[in-house]
Amino acid sequence: MTTTDPVLGPSPRAQSGSPPAVWLQDLSKNFGHVQAVRHVDLTIEQGEVVAFLGPNGAGKTSTIDMILGLSTPSGGEVSVLGMTPQQAIRRGLVSAVMQTGGLLKDLTVGETAQYTASLFAQSADVPAALRRAGIAEIADRRVGKCSGGEQQRLRFAMALLSDPELLILDEPTTGMDVEGRREFWGSIRHDADRGRTVLFATHYLEEADAYADRIVLIRKGEIVADGTSAQVKSLASGRTVRATLPGATDQALRAVPGADSIEIRGETVLIHSGDADKVARYLLTETSAHDLEITSRGLEEAFLALTGDDDTTGGNR
Amino acid sequence: MTTTATAAELSRRPVPPLGGFSFTVLKLEIRRLLRNRRTVIFALVTPSIFFLLFGLNAAYANESAGKGNVSAFILISMALYGSVLATTSGGAMISIERAQGWTRQLRLTPLSPLAYVVTKMLTSMVLGFVSVLAVYIVGFATHKPSMPGYLWIVTALCVWIGALVFAPFGLFLGYLLPTENVMQFMGFIMILLAFGGGLFVPLSQYPHALQVLAKFTPLYGVNQLVHWPLTGGAMDVWWVVNAVAWLAIFTVGAVWRFRKDTARV
Repeated sequence: MTTTDPVLGPSPRAQSGSPPAVWLQDLSKNFGHVQAVRHVDLTIEQGEVVAFLGPNGAGKTSTIDMILGLSTPSGGEVSVLGMTPQQAIRRGLVSAVMQTGGLLKDLTVGETAQYTASLFAQSADVPAALRRAGIAEIADRRVGKCSGGEQQRLRFAMALLSDPELLILDEPTTGMDVEGRREFWGSIRHDADRGRTVLFATHYLEEADAYADRIVLIRKGEIVADGTSAQVKSLASGRTVRATLPGATDQALRAVPGADSIEIRGETVLIHSGDADKVARYLLTETSAHDLEITSRGLEEAFLALTGDDDTTGGNR
Repeated sequence: MTTTATAAELSRRPVPPLGGFSFTVLKLEIRRLLRNRRTVIFALVTPSIFFLLFGLNAAYANESAGKGNVSAFILISMALYGSVLATTSGGAMISIERAQGWTRQLRLTPLSPLAYVVTKMLTSMVLGFVSVLAVYIVGFATHKPSMPGYLWIVTALCVWIGALVFAPFGLFLGYLLPTENVMQFMGFIMILLAFGGGLFVPLSQYPHALQVLAKFTPLYGVNQLVHWPLTGGAMDVWWVVNAVAWLAIFTVGAVWRFRKDTARV
């Protein structure tokens, strides 16, 4: 197969049926001494709707830029639908809605879509794309006169024009109000139901929870959690038991029943668990632990803990 | 969910020919350029007004200049000024589009950077053509410029093509200057170069040292060449050397910046 088709990229599944929409192996990106992306491995199958969740500066945009071929990896490999990003882009297989910029203020909404459509070998009907993005009625308006939300819808319409297999959205609702955000996601979700693969970056937990089938949590350029919304939530729920336990070892603590993750800070141990009572009972009866504290955390806190700067949690999953 | 696409299906999707060059885009770009009031004033109105100011002066307008009169000579100068501004503006637009993030957006489409630049160049050539046409129509309407009928056409074409030397210059500046005010800056440079090339004042009226210096400026060679069908006489090799040398310098500069800009980081 590869000998007859030069397009096939490095992806392992390229030769057997459907290649993954995104395939990253040991992907790294350095800017000088800053490691923006560190050895990321990720496979997104066709048809998945995946949220890339993480705080600002976590490496979401750097990763997306490499998937789109806008920047070259410092290390590792990228394959998009079994091809290099450039090959996929030239075929209109992948498109993106970027956060800001990328529009000419002196063109009208309709002209911008027409301009974009004419660049592809195959493209969807311009009026239809405008309708799907909900901006058909402002087709004659200059882009510079459109609101932030309208401009974002235009970017969405432009991304639909090549009828891509993979749609990437980088923080698409930044600066939108709640209502605008809800409507925008309604259009995206509606579109994803047709079987398009969608990868979106966000730092809003609710957005990831509401619109993605799968959440990939990224922090400091590394994937710290990857699973369904429910899995990530369960990871985020539960409580932390904190106790003073001199001489605790990693091995000994792992044996504590119900412990999901552990951390040792000198004489203090932190055990995260879905069943904190069990952990507490064990610690008080079977070990010399004292000064016990049990704290619960909300979804938001859990997210912060997973993605924040302070290392309150150990390795997950 | 619909079925997923196989590798063979995916690679069957066509890549557009010619790096994504399209006449729809060219049409939109021309419409957009002519809608820009500042560009139209720069490239169409200013040179026409300059002709009306300098080309009709009774003191010298009817004096002989080769196969025509001085008014015709000035008409050619102003048309060159206008079309050079027009061609340069094509490159300057790139600077503005970079600032707005448009060139980055285009990298998410099949459009190759080369096809983009070619589109811009063709757009500015159309504007250059309209500029020459505008100045010649204004000149014709005043009944002052006098030259044989065929020379109207020949010189107009020479001016239009000669202005192409400045297409890479605009591109070079466009990539060099990351500002939204690049047009004003360029307008200023063009006035200096127009004086240097003898478009506004005949070089013979300059002091000797300045005359020598002027022969090295970028508009000098082109200006002499486009007037040659009218003035006649022997062609000076230096004119060609000047024009070709500047074309080469601007092209090298533009290619250098272009490569730097499109390189992936």
